[in-house]
Amino acid sequence: MIKRAVLVGFLVAVLLAVGCGGQGSAEQGSKESCDVKDPPLFKEGVLTVATDRPAYPPWFEGSPENYSGFEGDVANEVAKRMDLPVEWVVEPFNKSYAPGAKDYDFDINQITITPEREKAVDFSDGYFDNAQGVLVLNGNPAADAESIADLKDARLGAQVGTTSLDFINETIKPDEEPKIFDTTNDAKSALESGQIDAIVTDLVTTVYLRDFEIDGSVVVGQYPRNEQFGMLFEEGNRLVGCVNKVLGQMKEDGTLSELQETWLQDYLSVPILKE
Amino acid sequence: MTTRGTGPGDRLDPEEAGPGRGSKMLGGRAVLVSSASTVLFFAIIAIIVALAPGSGIVAERFFDPFHLKQSFLGTPSTPSVAGAFLLNVEIFAISEVLILILALVIAVVRQIPGPVFFPFRMVAIAYTDLFRGIPLILVLYMIGFGVPGLGLAGLSYLSDVTYGIIALVLVYSAYVAEVYRAGIESVHESQNAAARSLGLTRWQSMRFVILPQAVRRVVPPLLNDFIGLQKDTALVSVLGSIEAARAAQIYSASEFNYASYVVAALLFVLITIPLARFTDRLIARDKRRRQAGALA
Repeated sequence: MIKRAVLVGFLVAVLLAVGCGGQGSAEQGSKESCDVKDPPLFKEGVLTVATDRPAYPPWFEGSPENYSGFEGDVANEVAKRMDLPVEWVVEPFNKSYAPGAKDYDFDINQITITPEREKAVDFSDGYFDNAQGVLVLNGNPAADAESIADLKDARLGAQVGTTSLDFINETIKPDEEPKIFDTTNDAKSALESGQIDAIVTDLVTTVYLRDFEIDGSVVVGQYPRNEQFGMLFEEGNRLVGCVNKVLGQMKEDGTLSELQETWLQDYLSVPILKE
Repeated sequence: MTTRGTGPGDRLDPEEAGPGRGSKMLGGRAVLVSSASTVLFFAIIAIIVALAPGSGIVAERFFDPFHLKQSFLGTPSTPSVAGAFLLNVEIFAISEVLILILALVIAVVRQIPGPVFFPFRMVAIAYTDLFRGIPLILVLYMIGFGVPGLGLAGLSYLSDVTYGIIALVLVYSAYVAEVYRAGIESVHESQNAAARSLGLTRWQSMRFVILPQAVRRVVPPLLNDFIGLQKDTALVSVLGSIEAARAAQIYSASEFNYASYVVAALLFVLITIPLARFTDRLIARDKRRRQAGALA
């Protein structure tokens, strides 16, 4: 009998505890209402910015406490214009859209803005126009490709989670199912060992791989797909408004193009693939 | 808890827990209490999850019916999780057969007596030690990216799925060989002695007396390893091919929704449950047979 009473008491306690827990309410407001002088921040007095690790050049350069590089400096500039210091934290891409509160202000990690993704998170305005690039080894038949159609019979590889796969499936439509790898490093191994003919990544990464990672490789071309990278925010975070205002200024006064020139100039001069 | 009986989830002895039999042995009151406690137990879990402050967003991110369905079927830009799961089944079916054969060979080689066969025993022991120790993912990389890099005719130009199967067979054979060995060593030495005294050769004794008893005893742990194998087929995706877990990952990254993983998990569970019930039945049948033999 005593045991039963204990059990019932326990159940009541659990139900009460659960009932009380259910009353969280998120503070929401329109994006435009963000005041750049007094932005809603994750941590008072500092802009907490997340990216994945390892972070790759030229998007990020330098130490993880003090990134520069294109994306690093875009975040630094945004913070500077909001009169805030930056604190960098690590956020794996796969976790960036997990439910629940985020422990940073925004994530900047070459994330392409798409309508599907916008249902789960909020994006800033785009800060970079992305194109897809195709990398092959010298001597491979695909190295002579001049158009999208020339790539149809190539064995293509891409990194998981990237829009490169969309580009392969929707634009190239290859005869053979593309191979998908966890990292560009694995894709590189597969390319070098002849398991695939070409790697498709965002253009900057493609050129980076050619210049620094894969000997004897060539970029056959780029293909702009009207994609933009955006910073990722928790859904409903009013800070998006502030960041967009600042980004707007940076576009207007040419700071953003300057940063692009500083960091990415060498990466963007690649012939465009014909249809 | 004051219940004497066990719920349906607590079958410790598969023989005793045939359909309905366990319940019959309990009193009516015990059945009532056990069902009530079962219902209550799951109801509480459900309530806790449902009332959690973030349950709405978690439900949407993991269990949204639209995303469950769309990831199951696939979209023009993301592969179907269900279609990709066929690759898991294919990899599993092929590897399983190869593992059963290779592991048995290793286990038997390890048991061959005599100084002449010392190097063979050495190789068998070294093999199991090595491949049980190396993480599967590393074997996958070495076979899948290393062997093609060698540029050997006949070996270096296979598909990535083939390399994946080779890696799975190498690793799992080491485990399964040990399971076989446990079975072989559990057969009493007198069985072998009796067989030899009847004029059977060493090989015949192994083939017709020891192995049949040994294999029967290790069916449950063998199937346990195969359930593990089923799930590890997902690792083959590191070599490039799109199996269910990879398809789920692609969908998830493209739609920012995890429902695809739930679909993949359900598919894995769906194929595991029949295997588990099949094991139960094998064990029950074997036990019946052995008891029948004892009575005769």
